[in-house]
Amino acid sequence: MEKAIKKYWPIFVLPTLAAFSIGFIYPFLQGLYLSFCKFITIDNATWNGIKNYLYAFTDEAFLHSFFFSAGFTIVSTLLINVIAFAIALALTRNIKGTNLFRSVYFLPNLIGGIVLGYIWQILINCALALLEKPLLAVNPTFGFWGLIILMCWQQIGYMMIIYIAGLQSIPSDYLEAARIDGANEWQILTKVKIPNVMPSITICLFLSVTNGFKLFDQNLALTAGEPGHMTEGLALNIYDTFYGRVGPQWKGYGQAKAVIFCVLVIVISLIQLRATRSKEVQQ
Amino acid sequence: MKKKLLSLILAGAMLLSLGACSSEQAPAEKPAETPAAPVETPAAPATPAAPTETPAAPEAKGEVYYLNFKPEADEQWKALAKAYTDETGVPVTIVTAASNTYEETLMSEMAKSNPPTMFHVNGPIGLLNWSDYCLDLSGSDLYGELTSDGYALKNGDEVKAMAMAIESYGIIVNKTLLAEAGYSIEDITNFESLKAIAEDITARSSELGFAAFSSAGMDGSSNWRFQTHLANLPIYYEYEADGINSTEAIKGTYLDNYKNIFDLYINNSTCAPAELSAKTGDDSRNEFLNKQAVFFQNGSWEYANLVGEGLFTDDDLAMIPIYIGVEGEENQGICAGTENYWCVNSQASEDNIKATLDFMYWCVTSETGLNGMCVDMGFVLPFAKGLEATNLFMRQNDEMAKAGKTPVRWDFPTIPGQTWKDNLATALTAYTAGTGDWDGVVSSFVDGWASEYAAMA
Repeated sequence: MEKAIKKYWPIFVLPTLAAFSIGFIYPFLQGLYLSFCKFITIDNATWNGIKNYLYAFTDEAFLHSFFFSAGFTIVSTLLINVIAFAIALALTRNIKGTNLFRSVYFLPNLIGGIVLGYIWQILINCALALLEKPLLAVNPTFGFWGLIILMCWQQIGYMMIIYIAGLQSIPSDYLEAARIDGANEWQILTKVKIPNVMPSITICLFLSVTNGFKLFDQNLALTAGEPGHMTEGLALNIYDTFYGRVGPQWKGYGQAKAVIFCVLVIVISLIQLRATRSKEVQQ
Repeated sequence: MKKKLLSLILAGAMLLSLGACSSEQAPAEKPAETPAAPVETPAAPATPAAPTETPAAPEAKGEVYYLNFKPEADEQWKALAKAYTDETGVPVTIVTAASNTYEETLMSEMAKSNPPTMFHVNGPIGLLNWSDYCLDLSGSDLYGELTSDGYALKNGDEVKAMAMAIESYGIIVNKTLLAEAGYSIEDITNFESLKAIAEDITARSSELGFAAFSSAGMDGSSNWRFQTHLANLPIYYEYEADGINSTEAIKGTYLDNYKNIFDLYINNSTCAPAELSAKTGDDSRNEFLNKQAVFFQNGSWEYANLVGEGLFTDDDLAMIPIYIGVEGEENQGICAGTENYWCVNSQASEDNIKATLDFMYWCVTSETGLNGMCVDMGFVLPFAKGLEATNLFMRQNDEMAKAGKTPVRWDFPTIPGQTWKDNLATALTAYTAGTGDWDGVVSSFVDGWASEYAAMA
């Protein structure tokens, strides 16, 4: 069997490699090239040098959207993971109806971001109207917190499943040994459970950090960046740059922003991966 | 044994995924498939290889691919394309971009190996992006059919695009409700009389059971009625006063009038101004349909929605001009114009260009074509053989023109792009909600105009 794999590995790798090249590597390289161009259609581009990048780095709206995305990512990552982990702890204690709870918490994840965005827009606007506060379209503070609530609602169930899987894979003799040694619940949590679920934490942090930066459809549906780009994340800003104005240079500006965005997300998630990986322990 | 079973399953899964790959890739060669998932309606076989079903196809060399702008006319275009294919054997593919995604869809379709041969631009500003792709139509038979040069978009002597449908907008009135309030449309002759009637209805709204205006929703599905169509009036009057037809720096001479009419809308509405920011286009229409409001600012394209459910007949409805308090406006008509311009893709093959021009000519001259466009789709054509309008609001436009009223030209296609409109909408929304003031609106109207024109350069 192993011999066969050694012999035939290219056949097994080929489909995925081909898909990856067609679907990722080629478009990425083309995108990189286009970020130095002016264009209307992608096969008819003219070279524009680094002007696109100069514009992207001096655009205030882009800078604002970076800080908006960064703030959003920090808050949403913390909230989602803390709550998801707490629920996972609660649902690994053999309470009655555990399976029902797990399914129900997971359900919001099955609804698409655009639909969720519109549903929450109606809900939050109703609440704001009752409180006689300005509605979402003119209220950047609630726009931000609305997005946080929406993302928590959508993501907590998903992260919870990953944490449950991690918690269940801790060998029960570890926990038993800790109890015999007289550890209390808090000590078991911090000294045994958390170190052993570090791989899950790595995955969940990675997912929520990248989701936070890549936030697009929820952002578009809930606030569309209103009022005046105040609640606009990076991805939505790129989209607006690309389609909001007339002229070939704007496509180039949008493309340059997209490349910066891509590099930024990769760098931040690599740092995060390295930081959490180093805390993982061997079972 | 177990291992063998596992490897069998894995291999099966791999085969399945390969199968999925190939089935996804196969239709990608058809011109109609886009990642943006527009409504795909291949009305004809994609290749001329199937004329067995259709009667003789003597010289069907080229083919037509039309990227349609109007989702409401998708089915009718599909039927018309089929009729053309049956008659001539030339395959016609109709693809309709989903609402509000035309530019995106066009951009991705144009980059394909089989791009649209026939597409839309929305006016002089929209043409800037696509000018290089527009065939000069000045020598075409189609251009000979155009009733006025005003319906052509020109670049020097070259005719880059031609209007394909004329539309109108104004304030749609529920005459029955207006009569209940004790007025008739003859009482409304200028801004003063409109304001007096609207405010009287508001004062008696609890007794009457309806409001003057349906909600001026500032949601994205409705705000174009104010940041584009209503904004056309101050732009039009300024252009008229200055004797120009476009400008890179607007002065905002008539912005006080814009404020008057907008204030009238939001203060005499079905809901409090602060709630308008979340109201949608559907909300506004439904209020009008449910007889909760007398006035509803919208256009001739709403006609089918209003009479379609049998709630209204032509006797209940009328369209009146949007009066903003400009001197001499008693003689103002409704806003008539177009933002639907046909272009032919100059980069298409010669056969396809010829097939496309023939198809367009057939659409606006043959009996079947005219029936499809004027009756089924309800368009009023700017072409010589166009049929009489079936749409009440377009008929009214004709009547007003005959009565000597001056229609308001559509000058909003000279607005410098979507960003200007979005920023104006943001300022208007803040104004309605009380979080911003009118100065913000003026600034995004005037300063925004200059900076957006500068950004286009």
